[in-house]
Amino acid sequence: MNQPSSISDKEPLSVELTEVWKRFPGVVANAGVELAVQRGSIHALLGENGAGKSTLMNILAGVYRPDSGELRIHGRSHQFRNPADALSAGVGMVHQEFRLIPSFSVAENIVLGSAPPVIKTGQLESDVAEMAHKFGLEVDPAQPLWQLSMGERQKVEILKVLWRDAQVLILDEPTTVLTPSEVDELGQILRRMANDGRSIIFISHKLHEISGICDQATVLRQGKTVANSLPMATTSQDELARLMVGASPAIPNRQKTTTPGQALLELKNLSAQSDRGVNAFSEINFQIHSGEIVGIAGVAGNGQRELADTIAGLRPSNSGTIIMNGTDITTESPHRRFQSGLAYIPEDRLGVGLAPQLSITDNAILRVYRQQRRGPFILGERALSYCKDLITRFGVRAGNLSGPIAALSGGNLQRLLVGRELDGQPSVVVASQPTRGLDVNGVKAIQDLLIEQRDSGAAVMMISEDLDELLAISDRLLVIEGGVLRGEFDPRTASRQEVGMAMLSDTKVSSKP
Amino acid sequence: MNEASLIGLLFATVSFGALLYLAALGELLAEKAGVLNLGVEGMMAIGAVTAFIAGVEFRNPWLALVIAMLSGALLASVHGFFTVGLGAEQVVSGLSLTILGLGLAAYLGKDYVGLPPGAELVPVEWGSLSELPWVGPILFSHAPIVYLALAFGIAASLILSRTRLGLALRAAGESASSTDSAGHSVLGLRLSAVAVGGALAGASGAYLTLSITPQWAEGLTAGRGWIAVALVIFGAWRPSRVGWGALLFGGTLALKTRLQTFGVDFSPIILSMLPYVLTLLILLIISIQARKRPSPAPAALGLAYRREER
Repeated sequence: MNQPSSISDKEPLSVELTEVWKRFPGVVANAGVELAVQRGSIHALLGENGAGKSTLMNILAGVYRPDSGELRIHGRSHQFRNPADALSAGVGMVHQEFRLIPSFSVAENIVLGSAPPVIKTGQLESDVAEMAHKFGLEVDPAQPLWQLSMGERQKVEILKVLWRDAQVLILDEPTTVLTPSEVDELGQILRRMANDGRSIIFISHKLHEISGICDQATVLRQGKTVANSLPMATTSQDELARLMVGASPAIPNRQKTTTPGQALLELKNLSAQSDRGVNAFSEINFQIHSGEIVGIAGVAGNGQRELADTIAGLRPSNSGTIIMNGTDITTESPHRRFQSGLAYIPEDRLGVGLAPQLSITDNAILRVYRQQRRGPFILGERALSYCKDLITRFGVRAGNLSGPIAALSGGNLQRLLVGRELDGQPSVVVASQPTRGLDVNGVKAIQDLLIEQRDSGAAVMMISEDLDELLAISDRLLVIEGGVLRGEFDPRTASRQEVGMAMLSDTKVSSKP
Repeated sequence: MNEASLIGLLFATVSFGALLYLAALGELLAEKAGVLNLGVEGMMAIGAVTAFIAGVEFRNPWLALVIAMLSGALLASVHGFFTVGLGAEQVVSGLSLTILGLGLAAYLGKDYVGLPPGAELVPVEWGSLSELPWVGPILFSHAPIVYLALAFGIAASLILSRTRLGLALRAAGESASSTDSAGHSVLGLRLSAVAVGGALAGASGAYLTLSITPQWAEGLTAGRGWIAVALVIFGAWRPSRVGWGALLFGGTLALKTRLQTFGVDFSPIILSMLPYVLTLLILLIISIQARKRPSPAPAALGLAYRREER
């Protein structure tokens, strides 16, 4: 392991993890991890997907039990048997997937686990409101949780932990669901809590975010600590990135040399409804040509997801037509669309894209099982060899091919999904948030695959919330806001600010005539 | 139709209503904690037979009731062990429990078929209340277990909505991982809810053999456990609504048995379908409403929970 770090002895350590090991079937998630967090500081825990950050924090929060290792909170050794033990020792965790109950009120969600034996709703709600106000996390305690936005839900999660008077707060990739202004707000809230004497562990792999928020950083790679409590003030982002990835960080491709060919996908006056029965998007018109990537930029929830679903045939359109390779496919089934050359990489990987409890092999052949059969029977051998081929070609790291696919890490899931979709040499690729939540290498791999498709003549539509990514790899950029296209930009010349304005405004702007 | 037969019908409505309410309340508690138990029919049968046997052997109706409740809880705990402890499929385990319970009841009771009851729960004396016209004979001349059912219902309602225990129980049925990370034992909550649910189903069975039809015969429960399961959906998982539903469904059961006394020529077979037709209608309404707001069903109903699953 590495050298003991530059921790000053002035502040006592609130968290000390030594030689923590945790194995899952087929994977060593933590291989002797070290972590030391000072009281009153915001400590970043950095690492790629699958580096073992979440596992380590789940151990600290009592969700998982370590195979071995020592755990000290405020100098005292602990062995947590469950989250309740961790909470009573003052450790609370805000999970990446919120542990909230939609049908409960905000107050009920916050006090769950530490409510008084007899609950007086009015009293409880005013207590919760008072505490929320004290920490600057304004919420309405009586509101049912399902009505809240993601940012508000996160406030509820943080309040839940504060209600238990946790001195150590773990936030697992808290910014994934937040808008940029909500991220700034979160940073201020965390600083206030740190000044209050609490310690915050901030799990992330977004370097530009943590540099503004955190005091120290510990970096994990492949289950091991590669850097312990580096002071953020004197550590560059490049250095952190190098530590995370192990080699010099990948720079996104910027090839835009192709000239677009004929239109492969054309939307004419397309409209569809959202799940709530209101218009998700209306009167969408655009073409995507052979050999170009068209980026769809927009803040989440402005109709992008529904647009992708509608093109893939998973959502009926209200009006308008979808033309692919010159044929009207507006009313075709998803399977027919796939057969005629449409690849779809959905936003919800494990829900829509893959079947979590099915094996890796079964998931790999979902699109093409008709070729792996004799009569009504799937040929196991042929399916397996197809799966092995896919895994090799797309660089999926997988252990047991007949084990459930949900055991794979996010990056490997996405490689398999993208590989499966791109395998049949599609003419049109619709990718919805294909790189979200992936680590640096994963992002690059997926982007490379999409660029490869473009260069081999496919028409690619890419929805992303990451504007930098869209500016880097798309050939044309469309902005969607409130379900309407607000403008078209040339990524070579458009500035981040211009596009950002269009994403937030409700009028048409364009850098092109 | 005369006054006496109408009073008889309404009396039977309350009586059958309480019978269904006890079992449905038990199912509601289990489902609120996230465990679907389709073994109600079996647990009722076990409750009925053990109450009858205990009555014959010990001649004490209260002891018989307690034994029936314990037997129901014990049988339910088999379901709890498999579904909560081992994470087995709840529908399969529940159906097996019904078959097991019915078979076991028939086996235990084979020497008691046709015997006269050893103990009966006699109607409570409410003094002048029982003398009131209409109200007295319909509401205040029942066996004590009817009033117990009401008390259980009120208690369940208060516990679920006003206490820490109720909050935790509802949470376990909505999201096991949230409940776990909040520091409650999902295992403990679910196992106890299932056991208490079994005890209530056992009490419902005991009411049959200690009061309504004080004798033992195979198939005595006659599908009423299934009505109890349906009632929970009908009542949208709320103790009060399930209570009104129990009265409504109790009415259809009463109508079926009392129809002859009215001299009406209407097929009792059609009538016995009524509870299920009602349930289907309610399911339809719930599904339509669910498009606009979250369904009233506990979100984690039927889902096993393993902490370290990724």
